[in-house]
Amino acid sequence: MPQRLDRQALAKRNRRMLGGAFGVVFGMVGLAYASVPLYDLFCKVTGYGGTPMLGQAAPGAASEAEVTVRFNAATQPGLPWRFAAQQPAIRVRLGEEALAFYTARNTAEAPATGISTYNVTPEVVGRYFHKVACFCFEEQTLTPGQSVDMPIAFWVDPRIAEDPVTRDIRTITVSYTFFRSLNDAERSGALANAGAHVGRATR
Amino acid sequence: MAHAADAHGHDHHDHKPGFVARWLFSTNHKDIGTLYIIFSLIAAIVGIGLSLLMRIELMTPGMQIFADGQMWNAYVSAHGLIMVFFVIMPALIGGFGNWFVPIMIGAPDMAFPRLNNISFWLLVPAFALLGGSLFVGGGPGAGWTIYPPLSDAEYQSGPAMDMALFALHLAGASSILGAANFITTIFNMRAPGMTLHKMPLFVWSMLVTAFLLLLAVPVLGGAITMLITDRNFGTAFFDPAGGGDPVLFQHLFWFFGHPEVYIMILPAFGIVSHVVSTFSRKPVFGYLGMAYAMVAIGVVGFVVWAHHMFTSGISVDTRAYFMAATMVIAVPTGVKIFSWIATMWGGSMRFDTPMLFAIGFIFLFTVGGVTGVVLANAGITQILHNTYYVVAHFHYVLSLGAVFGIYAGIYYWIGKMSGRQYPEKLGQIHFWMTFVGVNLTFFPMHFLGNQGMPRRYPDYPDALAGWNLVASIGSYISVASFVFFFFVLWATFRRGTVAVSNPWGDGATTLEWQVSSPPPFHTFDELPRIR
Repeated sequence: MPQRLDRQALAKRNRRMLGGAFGVVFGMVGLAYASVPLYDLFCKVTGYGGTPMLGQAAPGAASEAEVTVRFNAATQPGLPWRFAAQQPAIRVRLGEEALAFYTARNTAEAPATGISTYNVTPEVVGRYFHKVACFCFEEQTLTPGQSVDMPIAFWVDPRIAEDPVTRDIRTITVSYTFFRSLNDAERSGALANAGAHVGRATR
Repeated sequence: MAHAADAHGHDHHDHKPGFVARWLFSTNHKDIGTLYIIFSLIAAIVGIGLSLLMRIELMTPGMQIFADGQMWNAYVSAHGLIMVFFVIMPALIGGFGNWFVPIMIGAPDMAFPRLNNISFWLLVPAFALLGGSLFVGGGPGAGWTIYPPLSDAEYQSGPAMDMALFALHLAGASSILGAANFITTIFNMRAPGMTLHKMPLFVWSMLVTAFLLLLAVPVLGGAITMLITDRNFGTAFFDPAGGGDPVLFQHLFWFFGHPEVYIMILPAFGIVSHVVSTFSRKPVFGYLGMAYAMVAIGVVGFVVWAHHMFTSGISVDTRAYFMAATMVIAVPTGVKIFSWIATMWGGSMRFDTPMLFAIGFIFLFTVGGVTGVVLANAGITQILHNTYYVVAHFHYVLSLGAVFGIYAGIYYWIGKMSGRQYPEKLGQIHFWMTFVGVNLTFFPMHFLGNQGMPRRYPDYPDALAGWNLVASIGSYISVASFVFFFFVLWATFRRGTVAVSNPWGDGATTLEWQVSSPPPFHTFDELPRIR
């Protein structure tokens, strides 16, 4: 019966196409999840969003050209730390390694663990801002009252003066934000709470 | 006479199953299409009801009927999600798509009839979850865009948000299964001679839509799964305290969300092409251009998503790219608009209700398209972002565009689907009521936006009272026209004239007009041969 054979062949073709369609679906779900590390990698490689470059040694000062590097510090309210830059700004020659310090002090009666994110602005200078050593994204636990100095060693690539997008930039702001690490927040019962002004009005 | 005898001959071996088997376990594409349309109408009552409450609240300054901002946010979110996932998509894709794609390509049914049944029945619990979430705790008050941190456990602490997210999961699964079914049907089930380049434009629009669904919806699925684990299982995909990034959610959401707006409008493009051609008694001008314009819109629609995020801190170069890419979309869209006009040009036009809605669609969609080009400018969006100008823009393309497409489809095909032709006079009254109502509702919102009124607030300064009052009055007219639409439906089924196979004459050339009205339970037991 040729008709019957045709139907079987069609059913087989349909199933194959459905399999392909589901393959696309799983591929896209995978891509959605892969976008998390891919986005991270993309920022690290291109300096996108003001992500500084890591781990290269400074070539040494090539010219007299200087930029001002300002230091900004922010702390999530849930973290009982005083976190501040020791110097508001320093001037640094292009290509020359410089060292700056932040200070963090635990003001609470219990140990608290912080973790930081950072970037530089204007965001376009991310690819020219190199960090040699820093406290980038490592958990730090401070005992009650403990105070630590956090060094950041960095240099600014002299090519910043050649790139038409960045050559007018005279001031770079380095910004660190400390959050309470999620594990610590959970342990201490300090998971972020939106407060009374959020949600349905209570009366 | 030949037609009648033919239909009668079909009827004889046209045995339909009993009620439960026919409607609950249905595998028939026409019955499932009918279920989708009924579902969409019921969801529309809820969605439009919510918008009516919102307009009552906004009619005058001060708080009227809403208790607080969270309740307002929950209603706004539910309105948006219901309209997108449970009204427009089921009507256009599940409803008209299921009904007419198989008939138009000469296939006996969809490729996977049982999958089709699952697609529909997944929507019902999804709708129940979303509707129910309004009554749990404070409701899902994060907007239809569900951005974290607002949608995090921190700000939406109750289970309502999780219910809404699961509703999206189910609706997404339903769309994906439906899309896979459409793609398989269109590629494998076409009648002999029905080549891709002979397919009616509605089928083309469904093909492109199905591909967009297949590529976009899984990304939403991934994003909301991350949101659910962030909320409930301590992950930190979008929480900077754990190394995550809230902007990542915006990227994932809009990678889905932008194609989604084309998912909602492309099927309406298809319907409008058929209607304009039918009532101008001319073939569509530039058929291939029309088909590939939709393909182009679909492709470019995937690389413009960040124009929804111009104020989220992305760099100026990125904004320049997304601005330029967005404006490129105006080109294929313009091809379509001008082709519709060229189709009408010199045609022997008839202004029956479907044609009125189609012309209304072209006019209003163009208005929404023009404000879209305005908003595509990254500089202007710094000012207009999240104002009522944006609300006016997307309601012009969706509430007036897509919905006019749905109405055009209903009036065009209701005789075919039900066997009863609608009363023309009532249809025309319905069109004019809707046209006046929606324009009065949404056009003043352009002014409100330019005056700086932000979205998603239940209150506003006194200075904005005038146009808000006008918009609210317009919305009452719109709601009245929606109620009147049910009267038209009632009148159609109660005393509509019996529809012949082709009530529209020479202009209606696609295959659905060659079968009886309503078509036999099983169409095309013997495949038609297309010249």
